Amino acid sequence: MGAYIARRVLIMLPTLVLISILAFLVIELPPGDFVTSYVQTLMTAGRQVDDAMIENIRHAYGLDRPVTVRYFLWISRLVRGDFGFSLFFKASVGEMLALRMPMTFLVTLLSLAFSWVVAFPIGVYSAVRQYSFGDYFWTVLGFLGLATPNFLLALVLMFVAARYFSTSVGGLFSPEFESAAFSLGKLWDFLKHVWVPMVVVGTAGTASLIRILRANLLDELKKPYVEMQRAKGVPEGRLIFKYPLRIAVNPFISSIGWILPQFVSGTVIVAVVLNLPTAGPLFLQAIRAQDMPLAGAFIMLTGVMTIVGMLVSDIVLAIVDPRIRYG
Amino acid sequence: MADRTGILAYEVERSVFTASQWRLVWLTFMRHKLAVACAVFLILGYLSSAFADFVAPYPTDFRNDEAPFVPPMRVHLRDTDGRFHRPFVYALELERDPVTLRPRFREVTDRRFPIRFLVRGAEYEMWGLIRSRLHLFGVDEGAYYYLLGTDKQGRDILSRTVFAGRISLTIGLIGVTISFVLAIVFGSISGYFGGVPDMVIQRIIEVLTSLPQLPLWMALAVAIPINWPIERVFFAITIILSLISWPGLAREVRGKVLALRETDYVTAARIDNAGTPRLLFQYLVPGVLSHLIASLTLAIPNMILGETALSFLGVGLRAPAISWGVLLQQAQNIQTVVLSPWLMTPVFAVILVILAFNFVGDGLRDAADPYKS
Repeated sequence: MGAYIARRVLIMLPTLVLISILAFLVIELPPGDFVTSYVQTLMTAGRQVDDAMIENIRHAYGLDRPVTVRYFLWISRLVRGDFGFSLFFKASVGEMLALRMPMTFLVTLLSLAFSWVVAFPIGVYSAVRQYSFGDYFWTVLGFLGLATPNFLLALVLMFVAARYFSTSVGGLFSPEFESAAFSLGKLWDFLKHVWVPMVVVGTAGTASLIRILRANLLDELKKPYVEMQRAKGVPEGRLIFKYPLRIAVNPFISSIGWILPQFVSGTVIVAVVLNLPTAGPLFLQAIRAQDMPLAGAFIMLTGVMTIVGMLVSDIVLAIVDPRIRYG
Repeated sequence: MADRTGILAYEVERSVFTASQWRLVWLTFMRHKLAVACAVFLILGYLSSAFADFVAPYPTDFRNDEAPFVPPMRVHLRDTDGRFHRPFVYALELERDPVTLRPRFREVTDRRFPIRFLVRGAEYEMWGLIRSRLHLFGVDEGAYYYLLGTDKQGRDILSRTVFAGRISLTIGLIGVTISFVLAIVFGSISGYFGGVPDMVIQRIIEVLTSLPQLPLWMALAVAIPINWPIERVFFAITIILSLISWPGLAREVRGKVLALRETDYVTAARIDNAGTPRLLFQYLVPGVLSHLIASLTLAIPNMILGETALSFLGVGLRAPAISWGVLLQQAQNIQTVVLSPWLMTPVFAVILVILAFNFVGDGLRDAADPYKS
């Protein structure tokens, strides 16, 4: 197991390099660069811009050098923790993300916890009592959560709050706590706000988790070994938890890998709608302005975050499921 | 008589015993009422978007300058004198609220317009072939019937939702076909062979899945040149959506194949000298299929949602193209939503279609389950 973990960690390195290349390429892809859109803004503002000036700006930002050079410059600074300078916001990317990334992680993790806590018992229940009223009820509710685009769920919640309760549910803090130092009052205020994005982002994932757990548990429940245990007189509750569930839970664990990015995505769009102080709205602006350092750093960081999540899920999977052999 | 029913029962039983697997799947699927109903709903949905010119009461770009932000219109059965008629609407008159000066609409109660089926309205040319003025339903000329209200430019939201289905419904099908093929090829190769191919494919999958979809979609979508025609943008978006969606499916295929290849029946087949293609396609892929179908049906809605989210954020399809996401762009602002909540109604189309896909997939999963008696 120790060797497996060590190998697994080593494998992460090339993956990280690939991610960084992909993140860089994705940002390089749009036609034109930051200067093109910057010049556009200058021109719409009525300023005269000549070619020499454009060249100067390009040179100043290092945009006139070949792609490979720009990549190595970017990645070598990244490794040293220097995320560069946001061309659009005129601020250090590192500082901007340091302000917003922790909140992004927090909201994402809370939503993840929410969806697991909700999905696990429901998934087991729906499989064990297949086609019962409860199965249908939770299935429909789960599907509704899955089918509603989460930005719209956020909009609906805001609409209901604004229309019927005359309050606003956006943001993560009330104005009076926005810049206050940490205190119990601030924590309480945060909890009063955070449930909205938590539920909104969490519901979409919950449905697919229920689906997958139910589907796999159903597959297992029909296998002969379950029948055998039942024939031996093992109580139903213990039987399910001891045998089929341990196998059915396997995809549930490996879901960390794909559900984490999904939650990051959800957080991005929900944050735009709810105006949360997370990195999502920042990223949208950066993408639109082709602000490469900021957008690249965001994609890179979220990639790293999920790679670590996958590592954890693979290790847990290897512990839980003895059938999996790595050859 | 008794003999005949006996023979009939025997015939039925024999036909079940000798039926092919796909026939059994079909029979089981037909028993899942909800799934069948949803399949019918989806077929109707695809048909109505194909025949959108006929189904929608108004053409997509039909503007009524006198009717911006009309709320969904009330259908009446009784007129002001208390007499019953077939369902009808009143003509609307634009006026200003005396207090807030906001435009609002008053029903002109002496101008009654019954809602009819197969009325003549604006002329259209369906698929560039059929010229007609016939619409599925509507009211006679002189008034308008807006079941779901109108937007800022006075365009019928229902009509636009029906037309938008063309793009939103096809994007999922095309996209999922591409990712299905990629997933089954890479997933089974990776799970079956292990070793180097597995390593390489896993790295690629890992990279693609570890980058959150939406930001990656956004980053790729802004790379689409703004001056491209609608069709090209549509295909570019579809390809972007499927390029990033297949790895998740492939990973699941791999996981299942990995577990299956250690099972007894596969070992038996191997001892029986079954070649690799036979092992893969006759023993492993069918074993994976039920699981894959469940994930696949979750993937179609995911693409529809992806397109909706991209267009909603303004980096996907743009007007004049209309998809459900483009329609929902108007509902982006909470102020607008509070004043005219009916702008959100296209989302019901999204929700219903996605629900239907999920239930159909659920029915298929149960039907394709080979362990079920």
